[in-house]
Amino acid sequence: MASTTRTVDVELSTSGLDPQGRPRRDPLVTDAGGNVLTMEPPATLEPELDGEHMLINIGPQHPATHGVLRLVLELDGETVVRCIPHIGYLHCGFEKIGEYRQYNQIIPWTDREDYLNSPGNNVAMALGAERLFGIAITERCTVLRVIACELSRIISHLVWLGTTCIDIGAFTPFLWSFQERERVYHLLESWIGARLTTSLTRVGGMGADIPDGWVEQLTAFVRHFPKTIAEVDRMVTRNGIWVGRTVGLGVMSADEAVNYGLSGPMLRASGVAYDVRKDFPYLDYETYDFEVPVGTNGDVYDRFLVRMEELRQSTRILEQAIQRLPDGPVNVDDHRVILPPKSRATSDMESMIHHFKQVMEGPRPPMGEAYVVVESPKGEKGYYMVSDGSSKPVRWRIRPPSFVNLSAIPKMVEGHLLSDVIAINASIDIVMGEIDR
Amino acid sequence: MLDGARFHEVARWLHDDDTQRYDYLSDVTAVEFRDRELPIEVVWHIRSIPFRRFLRLKVLIPAGAPLEVASVWDIYKSADWLERECYDMFGLRFAGHPDLRRLLMWEQYREGYPLRKDFPLRGRFSRSEQLRQALAANPEARYSMEELTIGQAFEDLPTDMKRRLSTGEPVGE
Repeated sequence: MASTTRTVDVELSTSGLDPQGRPRRDPLVTDAGGNVLTMEPPATLEPELDGEHMLINIGPQHPATHGVLRLVLELDGETVVRCIPHIGYLHCGFEKIGEYRQYNQIIPWTDREDYLNSPGNNVAMALGAERLFGIAITERCTVLRVIACELSRIISHLVWLGTTCIDIGAFTPFLWSFQERERVYHLLESWIGARLTTSLTRVGGMGADIPDGWVEQLTAFVRHFPKTIAEVDRMVTRNGIWVGRTVGLGVMSADEAVNYGLSGPMLRASGVAYDVRKDFPYLDYETYDFEVPVGTNGDVYDRFLVRMEELRQSTRILEQAIQRLPDGPVNVDDHRVILPPKSRATSDMESMIHHFKQVMEGPRPPMGEAYVVVESPKGEKGYYMVSDGSSKPVRWRIRPPSFVNLSAIPKMVEGHLLSDVIAINASIDIVMGEIDR
Repeated sequence: MLDGARFHEVARWLHDDDTQRYDYLSDVTAVEFRDRELPIEVVWHIRSIPFRRFLRLKVLIPAGAPLEVASVWDIYKSADWLERECYDMFGLRFAGHPDLRRLLMWEQYREGYPLRKDFPLRGRFSRSEQLRQALAANPEARYSMEELTIGQAFEDLPTDMKRRLSTGEPVGE
């Protein structure tokens, strides 16, 4: 029997399910007479496995693991019985290197750990060092840092949105979100000159003030951005395939989420309203008007909803920050940490000494320790710095949120199907640079 | 600052007591000072989400004493990887942790503990030696014994590798 393949017009519906709720199967093959050949699978498709378990390895080089994560799964048929994650393929010893660098020299390293949130990491690092030094930053600097944090939250959530959509099978939101991300990168580029590795802050201030006309560009972005979010929302949130592939997966109850140390959108999706910006405020976040979205079920779908709402709330914070951005100096007037102007360093004795001391020795904080926690897009990001009075920290510890979030993956995937592992892994929003450091 | 012997008891009380409810373990780490005479500090950062409180706990291990503290894995599940990382980087043993293996470094790593102050920044071996080791390694052999017992994968290995794995000899290097 001669058969030809032809494309069949598939009804443009958001639902991939037939009225009985089963996945719709569209006929693709017809015989010469135009009769549809059924695509029913043969009855003996699955060999009898006698309950034998199978060992399967995902990664480290697999696009759906978002980096170099390796998962070893024990499968019973298609169901995951056990999951053993392996990390460390990107381990570069950031914390060790930090012990050999001055505080300002550490800031470029913070770009490279959670590379989707570099401005936010720079801010956190600078806040930690400033607490060690006992410096209060200027008002303009505070607002600029809020803008930097929220822009990086938008970047990070957009990358998460795009890649998760790809993992689950939707391609278009990926293009839309990466287009918006490009706009943010243009803003960062005109501010500091770099896109990904921004090194935006310095101890006591910022690397650069914003250029002329930058606020107008940011305003234009803030006006435009919610439209894209609304489009993605309309396309994905009620989509049958999306809902079918995310609801009820990787459920963590509120108690479990707290006990497993989850943070950020992962924790809030489980119904725990804990946000560092609200509960342990930094950078005057308590004076901004924004909501903390909280989920109820703690599954992949709720994590998606929480992150979508956070994008809108970040836009709100940006609007308020633009309104209140004051004039004035960006850097503190403290020559222990900020270089005096070069013209004064060549004419004024005291300035020259400060200049020399800072360049040759580096700023020296007093003995002490500081643990600064900020709300990064992935969760609670902490920098723990211990100083012995020299210009380099004795210990520079990163508390990586996605590291702790990922450690709960065996708990989340057990009992789910192999294909759901990809969706659950995507919902954690991991960045291996941060996990392995 | 706590006594190492009673640390677990205190952590349990902080977690369970109704007036404390420190239910969130944020971080576990250790600090070794450049002055070798100073004790090594083990640091826990814990939070109480209901009361919005924050606490830093420390146990000092004097120089020369065995590097061992109690694990809080039975109280906070988040301690699992945090303690494993601390063991991996400092050689600090957490008594009571169910699965204290190397985390960031690979299991056959024998050069020591990278974040200790006596560990040189560039590692103990030269770049060329590291490259030679990496090229000689067999990536297929990087399953642990635990994984290989799943689904009889162990049975499929060559006899030689089975013998070496079961005697704990590093394979692949």
